[in-house]
Amino acid sequence: MAWWKSLTRKKIFWPLIALGVLMLFNLFFTPNFFRFEIKEGHLYGNVIDILKNGAPIMLLAVGLTLVIATKGIDISVGSIVAISAGVVAMLIGGDLHGVPKYPIPYAMAAALVVSVMCGMWNGMLVARIGMQPVIATLILLVAGRGIAMVTTNAMIVWLYAKPFALLGQGYLLGLPFSIFIVAGLVLMTVIITRRTALGLFIESVGINPTAARFTGINAKNLIFWVYTFCGFCAGVSGLVVCSTVMSADGNNAGVGYEMDAILAVVLGGTSMNGGKFYLVGSMVGALIVQTLTTTIYAFGVPPEIAQVVKALVVWIVSLLQSKTFRSMFLGMFGKKELSV
Amino acid sequence: MPDIAPIVEMKRINKVFPGVRALSDVNFRLFKGEVHAIMGQNGAGKSTLVKVLTGVYKQDSGEMLLEGRPIRPDSPLAAQKLGINTVYQEVNLCLNLSVAENIFIGREPMKLGSIDWKTMNRKAAEVLLRLNIKIDVTRTLSSYSIAIQQMVAIARVLDSSAKVLILDEPTSSLDEGEVEQLFKVIRKLRDEGLAILFITHFLDQTYQISDRITVLKNGTFVGEYMTEKLPKLELIAKMLGKELSEFNYSATGEAKRDAKRDAERAAAAHGSSAETMLRAEGLGRHGSIAPFDLDLHKGDVLGLAGLLGSGRTEMARLLFGIDSADRGDILVKGKKTTLGSPHSAMMKGLGFCSEDRKNEGIFAELSIRENIILALQAKRGAFRYLTKGKQLEIADKLIKDLAIKTPNSDNEIRQLSGGNQQKVMLARWLATDPSILILDEPTRGIDVGAKLEIMEQILNLSREGLGVIFISSEFEEVIRCSTRVAVLKDKAKVAELQGEDMTERGIMQTIAGGK
Repeated sequence: MAWWKSLTRKKIFWPLIALGVLMLFNLFFTPNFFRFEIKEGHLYGNVIDILKNGAPIMLLAVGLTLVIATKGIDISVGSIVAISAGVVAMLIGGDLHGVPKYPIPYAMAAALVVSVMCGMWNGMLVARIGMQPVIATLILLVAGRGIAMVTTNAMIVWLYAKPFALLGQGYLLGLPFSIFIVAGLVLMTVIITRRTALGLFIESVGINPTAARFTGINAKNLIFWVYTFCGFCAGVSGLVVCSTVMSADGNNAGVGYEMDAILAVVLGGTSMNGGKFYLVGSMVGALIVQTLTTTIYAFGVPPEIAQVVKALVVWIVSLLQSKTFRSMFLGMFGKKELSV
Repeated sequence: MPDIAPIVEMKRINKVFPGVRALSDVNFRLFKGEVHAIMGQNGAGKSTLVKVLTGVYKQDSGEMLLEGRPIRPDSPLAAQKLGINTVYQEVNLCLNLSVAENIFIGREPMKLGSIDWKTMNRKAAEVLLRLNIKIDVTRTLSSYSIAIQQMVAIARVLDSSAKVLILDEPTSSLDEGEVEQLFKVIRKLRDEGLAILFITHFLDQTYQISDRITVLKNGTFVGEYMTEKLPKLELIAKMLGKELSEFNYSATGEAKRDAKRDAERAAAAHGSSAETMLRAEGLGRHGSIAPFDLDLHKGDVLGLAGLLGSGRTEMARLLFGIDSADRGDILVKGKKTTLGSPHSAMMKGLGFCSEDRKNEGIFAELSIRENIILALQAKRGAFRYLTKGKQLEIADKLIKDLAIKTPNSDNEIRQLSGGNQQKVMLARWLATDPSILILDEPTRGIDVGAKLEIMEQILNLSREGLGVIFISSEFEEVIRCSTRVAVLKDKAKVAELQGEDMTERGIMQTIAGGK
């Protein structure tokens, strides 16, 4: 059983099991859940929808994984999504013939710059001023909505510039284009955290900030840049969200996304106490969240009960990840091997 | 002093924490109208004993009597109701409330369902007057000095039912005048019949204020003495767990010759006029350590000896840039510099192993390999990443050199014993190829074999030309390893000993003798 033990010890194991169980459930109980169709050379189906609809949360979860690894939190990402969407929408403009006001790449770049500045603001409050992360990012959670509204003049801006739809609605090699954006961002993040010492530094700051300082790591700078990066990820997510619905709604875009993204990170095995982080785990976590949502709709659960079902599943998955619970659970069957 | 029945009596108190026997069969007596000090080194069990008395911890066995009746407080509040009151080191008052509000918080006098401000202010003024303090009680607490805040904290626990007053390190943030002011208050309360338990690390203050001393060592009861009948030197010996007569001159003499031999070796290897690696001139920080001078040569092991709280760690923190000095200069290899952070100290060739391995040293969830290479990686910067192969090479070499007992450098560091974790800390700094190494209590809490190995390493390093600052509570170890010893007392460097004077007795006499 050695291989089994080393397998269960892998952090990615439990999130994958949870995702697998959800999928199995759908295989038996949701008709046509796994049916794929090919229309005009593109793949369609529930599974593809999960990937496509899950992209914005997955993008947020990339940045949040690093923030949470430093023992921090960023609850402003939903608002940054709205700001990013608002900026890109206003710069492209609602011309009915689809003629963009400014070139689309410039508009996108501007939205990302604004998002990065939002991240810097958070990073400055947390790292330089020393505010508690929840409070520091709460400011932008609230104020960000206002900024998004001001950006779009408190209106819903509709876009008709066709090329911009590629991000959220387009297809590449038969798959949704947004999946490639997620893959690209994850790959880039893995490279900059694991091919340099940044990942190790982030983990050590999260595990023991004092020891990290005494070891000569500049924790403040590191934390600042991690929040900045989180802002960037939220900006990318905002572009995808805006492109998917071809509109920007300062009031409603990205509302509650921060909670789903935090959930995805935690389900993926990164502890809220900081320390070791698992980017791929977070992606699996985001897929769990999205599969759950899709399943609930596909299953026809009434909306008033949907949230309760979601909470219930999350609760079970979280319990499964708790070492204490697992040893308690196994202990009930008389197996004592996990006791210390 | 009236030697009548004690007001508090603790008999054969035992308390075990997982893996540590914090108290074994400790006795303690507290008398009315006396100031009683508990003395002991780190881990002696002082704070555990006090926490049992105040209901924070429950003893595993043993009996507590208050005025002859057995008590078993299960919370600080329960202890308070019995008349046992504590004023903690960090004054936990509300700075933005008035003095009167602070004194009566939670038990404000009421009239017709609202707070009776007039009565509250009058009563607060009365209580403070009992302490000989006349201040405007309606002003916010933040407008007064820390000394006054301390008195307000005392006033708050003084009501008619108070029998015992516990003062936990009340003087640590006060200056000399303020201490005197506080002592006046303590003496007055003592004369009024209160039993006072005074906890401090300051030796001189213990002698100024206390009538009776209980000494603890490693969780055991050493003895209870009248202060006037216990010379300082003897107190220090007892805290270290030795009898004065025990000092065997030939043994310490041999240890000293060891050190001398090493010093000679070091001097021979590097030329007699060894280069000065680190120099402090009038370096100090208010409230932390008084200005001091220090010289560390190539191949030197400079011992810092002193009791707990004497300022050893504070000195180390200044030298490594953890705290910033507010006066004086640091010279590294003859060049005047400012060490604004541990990072800048590290870049200039310093290394520092903290005494608090768990909270300031190890990264519990990281592997041994990662723990070892982290400082070197920080020195190189994030983007000159050591490949895993290179990391393994460095880690494995140091694991071998320092004889760290682990099957695999990829195991988590928390699986190692304390002694091996300490060696990993040492390895972390050796990996950075430092020229100056500051080791704060590297031998604390590890077994005898590991202690000897660590000390052997220190001597080896100095032979290779490192300058080492070695801090330890065990004077014997300091003498064995060091070429010179700086003696600290009450947050100041008081002397530097070398050659013939460098003996355990010499250090103790220096500490006992004052300036």
